[in-house]
This record gives sequence, structure tokens and C-alpha cells, in this order.
Amino acid sequence: MYRYDEFDATLVAERVSQFRGQVERRLAGDLTEDQFKPLRLMNGLYLQLHAYMLRVAVPYGAMSSKQMRRLGEVARKYDRGYGHFTTRQNIQYNWPALVDVPDLLDDLADVEMHAIQTSGNCIRNVTSDQYAGATAEEVEDPRPYCEMIRQWSTFHPEFSFLPRKFKIAITAAEHDRAAVKVHDIGLRLYKNDEGEIGFEVIVGGGLGRTPYVGHTIRKFLPKKYLLSYLEAILRVYNLEGRRDNMYKARIKILVNAEGIEKFAEMVEAEWAQIKDSGIDLPREEMERINAYFAPPAFEKLPDQSEALEEKRASDKDFARWLRLNTVGHKTPGYAIVNISLKPIGGVPGDISDVQMEAVADIAQAYSLDEVRATHEQNLVLPHVKKDDLYAVYSDLEKADLATANIGLVSDIIACPGLDYCSLANARSIPIAQRISERFADIDAQEELGELKIKISGCINACGHHHVGHIGILGVDKKGEEFYQVTLGGSGAEDASLGEIAGRGLSSEQVVDAVEKLVGVYREHRQDKERFLDTYRRLGAEPFKEALYEAA
Amino acid sequence: MKLLKLSRGRLFPALEEPLAEVSLEDWRDNPQEHADATALKISNDTSLADVKCDLAGFSTIILEFPAFKDGRAYSQARLLRERYGYTGEIRARGDVLRDQLLFMARCGVDAFEFTGDVDGANAAMSEFSFAYQPAADDLAPVWRKRLDRAAAA
Ligand code: HEM
Ligand code: SF4
Repeated sequence: MYRYDEFDATLVAERVSQFRGQVERRLAGDLTEDQFKPLRLMNGLYLQLHAYMLRVAVPYGAMSSKQMRRLGEVARKYDRGYGHFTTRQNIQYNWPALVDVPDLLDDLADVEMHAIQTSGNCIRNVTSDQYAGATAEEVEDPRPYCEMIRQWSTFHPEFSFLPRKFKIAITAAEHDRAAVKVHDIGLRLYKNDEGEIGFEVIVGGGLGRTPYVGHTIRKFLPKKYLLSYLEAILRVYNLEGRRDNMYKARIKILVNAEGIEKFAEMVEAEWAQIKDSGIDLPREEMERINAYFAPPAFEKLPDQSEALEEKRASDKDFARWLRLNTVGHKTPGYAIVNISLKPIGGVPGDISDVQMEAVADIAQAYSLDEVRATHEQNLVLPHVKKDDLYAVYSDLEKADLATANIGLVSDIIACPGLDYCSLANARSIPIAQRISERFADIDAQEELGELKIKISGCINACGHHHVGHIGILGVDKKGEEFYQVTLGGSGAEDASLGEIAGRGLSSEQVVDAVEKLVGVYREHRQDKERFLDTYRRLGAEPFKEALYEAA
Repeated sequence: MKLLKLSRGRLFPALEEPLAEVSLEDWRDNPQEHADATALKISNDTSLADVKCDLAGFSTIILEFPAFKDGRAYSQARLLRERYGYTGEIRARGDVLRDQLLFMARCGVDAFEFTGDVDGANAAMSEFSFAYQPAADDLAPVWRKRLDRAAAA
């Protein structure tokens, strides 16, 4: 993992003391709420329906056990004993008091954490593959590049007042767990035909009220030009992006207004002027950052673990958890463990202080000190020995964290919705809870296979509904909460945007609706088809029919 | 409103002598009539590549920051310094807030029409000891300092 040196530590400490001053000016009445707003928004502090909400950055989702433990302590000390992991690999606290926030940030700074770039119209916290450095699928570890972008974009003097927020995601694997095609910039590390590793640069994806799948503007960018190329894109966007209408201010609108070829030309022309002007990191600094992500000291182990196989054979629930929540590691004898934050009937992404500390302890004992947050609002222990899997499972079970449902119908993404959010049309969390209760039977869930349900409480799409195999969007109909269902979306390498199934449904109807959709799939699926595959093969008709027949 | 000028990283109140200002549009329409102008106003939706005039003839270029959220002139300032080689004064006008002065300065602005107090402005200018990225000022980015330190060790 990256560790701060004195420069990183100084900058974060200085940021906290700057914000402490701003909070003092606010509390003393020297700043009005209007004047304070842009300042707090540069420090991850939102004003929500009931209270302030603080969003803490987890750069590219990577945490040490020490950081995880601190997140738990913070939840207890400054909040109501829980935190909420988001779809951007960050964590939010829903109830901090303004006067406490500088101390809270100091406590985070002690463990090299902060709330920088989690809000405001700047380059936001970069997201990546939660299996980075652990999966055999990747051509290279994407995290060093995330860290390079983190540093370059932190307090960028030119790009802190962009037309709108700006999100960058990086993947280095064929199977895209970072949703790079629905980000302002998506970067895909791959090996080209000449055997060189570099980036495919994808621009203009996004969700929100006008969703787009991004376009490739450069097939291959040598790694050493990463920062200058990003700077060129950001400069074109900063100068040309729309500022007259905040709903048309994202880069996706500019890209589509100019046309992808014209936009690519503008970027290339800008880049030609700056590419060798000293923006890119020298080789030594790239190597310095890379070195932090060198593989940890894995033991030489046989790939098969006898202890594991014994337990697998004797404990059915454990065997299921292994099937659903663990995946292969690049190192023989190791596995990647997913921790589901979607217990049946729970709030997606929520985790208590005690659970965070339990995860920290488990990571310290069994995962080389590392934890990851995923964009699907779960956690990952990236480096667990197969010999230890049963111990990890048992400890997770004690902490109520052993739900086996990764990728299944109850592994739902949901935004905070009307329970917290001032922009919401409808509640998201209770819908997620009721769907998960309806499909509680784990055998039936497993039999259904991969099915991604994503719920947003309004068109801003924080819950990614556009890319849900089944998406649910809260709409307001004459003051009542209604839900629009979309079908066939995907945020992975086969990215697509869901299509609206038909008229809105009431909150009573929406859970039945999911059941009907699942029924159509059950009836028509062939072989190992996922819900999404069946939908793509058959088209929307049979699903629509089932939804609206006699309803 | 005060005029603050940047000198060696600190801001000093400056005497506000009236500027002979002309907007880019007026000057283009009729350069003869504005031959005495010393300050050129460039709106923040102007593409500098299209300006095509001798900027060095003006001792001041005024850039607009109409609202704190509107950050186009940060790019314009950098381009004036780094691409078009402008060495005169770049003055920020508009919604110039204390907490933006440092970013503006890093982009090459060296004069500010500012309403807050001077001490606060100077405090804001010195809130950060380092920067991660090169810009239009001469601050060495953190990676350069790391390399220098490694070389010295
Ligand atoms: C609770 C307070 C929140 C507020 C007020 C809020 C507000 C917004 C707004 C206004 C947008 C639309 C931006 C645009 O299209 O330009 C948006 C998008 C988004 N938000 Fe949130 N959000 C909140 C919480 C969350 C949470 C908890 C998550 C993660 C679970 C999240 C993740 C996202 C994502 C992924 C988008 C994506 C679409 C995109 O940017 O293309 N937000 N949010
Ligand atoms: S999608 Fe809408 S309701 Fe949900 S968190 Fe985002 S802004 Fe709030």
C-alpha cells in the first residue's frame, strides 16, 4: 500500500487546519452558510435532510487494517455507531456535528486519511478494481496509477472549479469491476499487439439524468504520458464545458455535443502542446510509487489446502460462502474474500463500528493487513491463505458479516434516498430491504445466479440504476413515491444502459414486479444464461408483458 | 475593494491607479481609437488561440472570475503565462475569494481585486507548504523535491 511521506502528511495536516479555521469562522458568524458552503463542499461535508453528512475518501478503495479500525472508532466517537460504504469506494458518516468535524478529520489524518476530493466540482477520488494486486486477470496493478492521479489532482490549481464534478476510474483486467465505461474518464490498462502496456482512454460516460456509455478517444496511451494526457482532457473540459446549466455541465454533454472525433482532436491538439512540458512524472518517481505496491510477502504454498477441503466437505454453509464470496487469487494457496454488506433485510453498505473493528482485526490476522471497498458497496479481503479461510469465515460470522450473496439478487446497490437525501423523490433503502427479504431463501437465490439490482431515489442515479440488470428509479408522482423499472443495463465490460420497462409502479407493486421479472427469466433461460443474457436474447417484450399484464 | 499585488509569495496592497482599460472586442474593432489603452480585458469565454494580437503591448491583462464556481480563467491564466509567454500583470476581477487566491496565483495571476482583509489573504496564501503538480508559478512539485532529496542522500 502507499504510505505517506512527509510531503503527503504535511499537505493533509495543512488541509485540516485550513478547514478548522473555516469552521471557526462559520461558527463565529464571520461566514454565512452561503459563503461556507463551497468551503465545506471542498472537504466532503454535505448538508442533508436531517444533519451534516461527511464523505471520507478511500483512495481507490484501499485501506490498511489500521485505517479500517480508525473508521470504526470515528463512527463511535462522532457518529451514531455506523458508517455507510458508497458506490464510489468511499465511506459516509450521516450524523457528525459541525463543531466536531475538524477533530474528526484530525483523527483521520493520523492514519493518512482525509475527505479531500469527495465533493465539489473537482477531480474526485479515483476508483479502481477492488481485486487490484490480487487477481490473476490483470496485466498490471492499476493502483500505482491511481495514486499518481491522486497526487496530481490533489489541490490542482487549474481544475478545482470545473463545470461539474469529475470522476476517473481505472481497470487493468478484462472483467471490468470499476465500471470504466460510465465514468467521465475511464482508463483501461492492457497489453497491445506490440506487447507494450498502456491505457485505452475512454471519455464521456456517466449516469445521472442523461446517461451515456463512454467513447474511446485514444486506443493506446503510453503509461508515461498519463498525467499530461489527463491534463489536456481536463483543460479542454474546463474551458469548453457548459456552465449555464448544471444538468448539462458534465463532460459527457460536451463530448456528445462536439462529436467524439472532434472532441478527440481538441484533446490531441492540446496534448501536443503540453506533452513534454514537465507535467508527467519522471521515471524515478513512477518507480518510487510503484514500489509501494510491490506484491506483499506471499508464502510459497500448494494451491490445494487440505484443511479447507475438509471443512468444505463437512460444513454446507461454509461451502456455499466459499462458492459465492471467494474468488481466485494470482498466488497459489491464496484466495480473495468478499465481505457482503447486504445482509437480508439490511441497509446496503451500512456497517457498524464494531463490525469495522472486526474487519480490521481479521485483515490484520489473515489478509496481510489489507481491506478494500468495492463500488458495489461491499468489502474485500484481498490476500487470504486458503488454509485460513475457515477461520476468516468463522470470525466474519461472529461479526454478522458472513452473508453469502455476492452478485446475487439480494446483493443490491441502493443510494441513501429519501431516508437521508434532500434531493430524493422516493425511498431506496426500504425497497432494497423488502426485495432482499422477498428473496431471502439462499438456495433459490443461488439457483437464480447473477442478478444485479440497483436502486436510485432520483434521477441523479447515485444508485447506478441505469446499469442494473434490473434498475429501479424513484420518481415523484403528485407527491407520491413511485418507481420506474429499467431493464438490461450493465456497468461491466459489456456496458449498456437499461431501457425503461413502462409506467411507474407504487412501492407496494415494485417488489412483486421484481418477482415477475425473475419469473420470466426462470421460464425462458437456457443453460447457464444469466438474467441479463436472457433479457438480451429475448428483448424487453416478455418481461414487459409480465410486468403489466392485468396489473 | 482593494488591489493586492503579489510579490515573492506575499500580497501587498497597491495604489489603485485608474487603468486605461479596453475589452478585447473593442480593441479589435478599433485599435486606433484605443491606442492609449494599457489594460486588456479578456472575457472568460474567449479562446486565447483566437486572440491573435500583440499581448506584450499591454501592461495588464484582466481576467474574469464572475462567480467562484466559474473556473475558466484559471486555464486562461496558465495559457497566457505558459503558452503565450505573457509576462505583464494578470489581474483577477470578480468573485475573488480568500480561499482561491493561492490557486489563482499558482495559475499565474499576480494582482487581485479583493474585498477581504489583507492579513487573511496572506494567511490563505501560506496555508500549504507544497504542491503536487507543476503550474505557472515556480513552485517545484513534490516529486521534484523527492528526487532532489534522494539525490542529496
Ligand atoms: C446523500 C447525499 C448525496 C447527494 C446530495 C448526491 C447528489 C448527487 C448528484 C446531484 C448527482 C448527479 C450529478 C450529475 O449528474 O452531474 C449524483 C451522482 C452520483 N452520485 Fe450522488 N449524492 C449523494 C449520495 C451518494 C451516495 C451515497 C453515493 C454512493 C452510494 C453516490 C454516488 C453517486 C454516483 C456514483 C453518481 C453517478 C453518476 C455520475 O456521476 O455519472 N452519491 N449524486
Ligand atoms: S440518487 Fe438522488 S436520492 Fe439517491 S442519493 Fe443520489 S441524489 Fe439522493
